[in-house]
Amino acid sequence: MRLYNLLKIAFKAIVLNKTRTLLTMLGIIIGVASVIAMLAIGEGSKESIRATISSMGSNMITIRPGADDRGPARGSGGDVQTLILADYEEIKEQASLLSNITPVVNGGGQVINGSNNWPSTIFGVNPEYLEIKAVGLQSGSMFTDAEVKSASKVALIGQTVVENVFPDGQDPVGQMIRFNNIPFKVIGVLEEKGENTFGQDQDDVVIAPFTTVQKRILAIDYLNQIMASAVSEDDATEAVEQVTEILRKQHKLMDNEDDDFTVRSMEELISTFSSTSEMLTILLVAVAGISLLIGGIGIMNIMYVSVKERTKEIGLRMAVGGKGADILMQFLIEAILISITGGIIGVTLGLGSTIFIEKFLHWPTSVALYSIIISFAVCAITGIFFGWYPARKASALDPITALRYE
Amino acid sequence: MSKEIIKIEDLTREFTMGAETVRALRGVSFTVKEGEFVTIMGSSGSGKSTLLNILGCLDNPTSGTYKIDGVEMKDLSKNQLATIRNEKIGFIFQSYNLLARTSALENVELPLFYNSKVSSEVRRESALKALKMVGLEERMDHTPSQLSGGQQQRVAIARSLVNNPVMILADEATGNLDTRTAYEIMSIFQELNEQGITIVFVTHEPDIATFSSRTIVLKDGNIIRDQKNDKVQSAAYELAKLPKQDH
Ligand SMILES: Nc1ncnc2c1ncn2[C@@H]1O[C@H](COP(=O)(O)OP(=O)(O)OP(=O)(O)O)[C@@H](O)[C@H]1O
Ligand SMILES: [Mg+2]
Repeated sequence: MRLYNLLKIAFKAIVLNKTRTLLTMLGIIIGVASVIAMLAIGEGSKESIRATISSMGSNMITIRPGADDRGPARGSGGDVQTLILADYEEIKEQASLLSNITPVVNGGGQVINGSNNWPSTIFGVNPEYLEIKAVGLQSGSMFTDAEVKSASKVALIGQTVVENVFPDGQDPVGQMIRFNNIPFKVIGVLEEKGENTFGQDQDDVVIAPFTTVQKRILAIDYLNQIMASAVSEDDATEAVEQVTEILRKQHKLMDNEDDDFTVRSMEELISTFSSTSEMLTILLVAVAGISLLIGGIGIMNIMYVSVKERTKEIGLRMAVGGKGADILMQFLIEAILISITGGIIGVTLGLGSTIFIEKFLHWPTSVALYSIIISFAVCAITGIFFGWYPARKASALDPITALRYE
Repeated sequence: MSKEIIKIEDLTREFTMGAETVRALRGVSFTVKEGEFVTIMGSSGSGKSTLLNILGCLDNPTSGTYKIDGVEMKDLSKNQLATIRNEKIGFIFQSYNLLARTSALENVELPLFYNSKVSSEVRRESALKALKMVGLEERMDHTPSQLSGGQQQRVAIARSLVNNPVMILADEATGNLDTRTAYEIMSIFQELNEQGITIVFVTHEPDIATFSSRTIVLKDGNIIRDQKNDKVQSAAYELAKLPKQDH
C-alpha cells in the first residue's frame, strides 16, 4: 500500500516534470547508445580480422628470412637472403608435425594477354600450396611435381587477373599469357577469395612452379618464404618450435645467436593483428567512455538541480506527515524509473544505430553483451545515486527549513 | 474536557545568522486544554509563526519543553513526529504551500497519501468532503495557478481538515479572504471546535479573535496578554447579519 502510494507519487512527479525527465533521459540515452555502437564497431572489426586470417588457412605456418620484427606481414622477404632451398628440404625431411610444405618465391610484374595488360604478383610454389592456403580451383588443374622439377611454364591465375586480361569472358584455361615477357600456359583458375580485412585483393595473383619463377623471372637463388601447415591446429605451436630447432641447426646458429629467420603460426598472426585492432577498440572505448562520462555528468546535474529545486516540495511532504524514508523512496523510484526507461531507450537506439552502420556503411559490427551491461549500469547508477543523494540531504532537514529553502 | 493537550514551558527560539542572533521567542509558557479555540495575535515579527511552527512539530525550540497530551516532543524520533503531524495535526501555512501543477483535490489528498491505513477510495472521499466544506468542490480539478489567492488559501484549509486532526494550527488562515468568506471559514472552524477539535489560530484581525474562547498576544517574543473571552461570538450568526451580496 505504502509502496503503491509512493509509486503513484513518483509517477505523477515524472509526468509533471516532462522537460526535466526528458533532459535526464537524453544524457542516459546518448551515453548508453554511443557506448554500445562504439564497442560494436571495435568488436566487429576484431572479429572480421580473425575470420579473414583463419580463412587463409588456420594451421598455416610461415617461415620468413630475417629476425622477427613483430610487424604485420611483409609482402616479401625483402633483402634478407637467409632462406634457401636446402632449408626447405631439411624441414620437409625432418619436421614430423607438418603435413604440407612449400617454398615460396614471389615478385611483381605485368600479366599480358594480347593487348590486355595487368600488373600483378606471381607466386612460385609447389603443388602443396593449395592445401596450405586452403584455396580451391574453379577450373583446370594444379601443376604437378614433375612440372615443378622440369620448371614448366604453366600458371594458375586468380579471378582479378582473369577479369583484367580475359575481359571478353573467354575461358582462360589452355590460353597463353605472358608474365614479364615470359610465356606461360594457363592451366587453371583459382576460386574467388575476395578482399581480406587489410584490403588486399586475394584474387590478384598468378601461381606457377617455384623453379620457373625463381630462375626465369626473379633470377635469384634464395627463397622469400617457406609456407607449411601443421598436422592440426593444436600442433601448430609445437610445429613452430620444431621448425625453429631444425633451422637453427641448419643455419649453424650458436646458443647466444638470435634466429636469422622468423617462424610464425596463424594463431600468432591472429594475435598480432588482434592487438592492432585492440588499439582501435581501446580508442573507441575511450571515446565511448567520454560520452558516458559526459552523459553521467548531465544526469548528475539535472538530478541534483531538480532535487534542490524541489526542496520546498520535500518540506511540504514532510510537514503533512511524509517520513524521511517516504521522501527518499519517492525520489529513488523517480530516479530508477527515469534511469531504466532512458537506459532501455539507449540500448534500443544503440542496437539500432549498430544495425544502421552495418547495413549502410558496411562496417563489420558485433554487439558485445558487456557493453550493454556496463553502459546501462553506469548510467542507471549515476542517475539513481544523484537522484538519491540530494534527496537524502533534503529529507534530513527539519520540515520548516526545507520549506523555507529558496 | 479539561485534558491539557498542549503544554509549553519557557519556550525560546533563536535564529543565528552569522554573528547575529535573532531571538524570536524569549520564554513563552502556556497550556491549551482540549477543545479550546485560541487565537494568537501580535504585530508583524512578534514570533507568531515561529511559535506555531514549533506547536506543529515542524521546528524545534532552542530551549524549553513542549508536550502534546503529556508526551515530551523532544523525546520523539523524526518518524514519530511525522506520524503526529500526519494523524493529529492539521497545519495551515501563512503562505499556503500548495504543490504546483497539482489539482486542488490532489493537494488536499496529500496528507492521506502518507497514511497507509487510508485506502484510495476513502482518501478521495475525504478530500472531496473537505473541499466541499470550504466551498471549492467545483474547483477540484484546478491547479493552484488557476485559483485565486483566497481559493488557494481555502484549498490549504481543506488540506488541514482532511485527516480529521485533533488539533488545527492555522497561520493567518483568513488573511487573504474577504469578510464574508472569512466568516464562512470561521464558522467552519467553530463547528469543528464544537466537535471537540482544538484550534490555535494566528491572526491580525481583532474581529476574528472575537470568535475564539481565548486570546494570547505576543510582543517581541514574549506573551504580553493571555485572556479568556467570555462573550464568544457565533460566526454563523455574524455571517447571517452581513448584508446579502448580489450573487
Ligand atoms: N528562519 C529564520 N531565520 C532567521 N530569522 C527568522 C527566521 N524565522 C523567523 N525569523 C525572525 O523571527 C522573528 C519572528 O518571525 P515570525 O515569522 O514568527 O513573525 P510573525 O509574528 O509570524 O510575523 P508576521 O505577522 O509578519 O507573519 C522575525 O524577526 C523574523 O525575522
Ligand atoms: Mg507569520
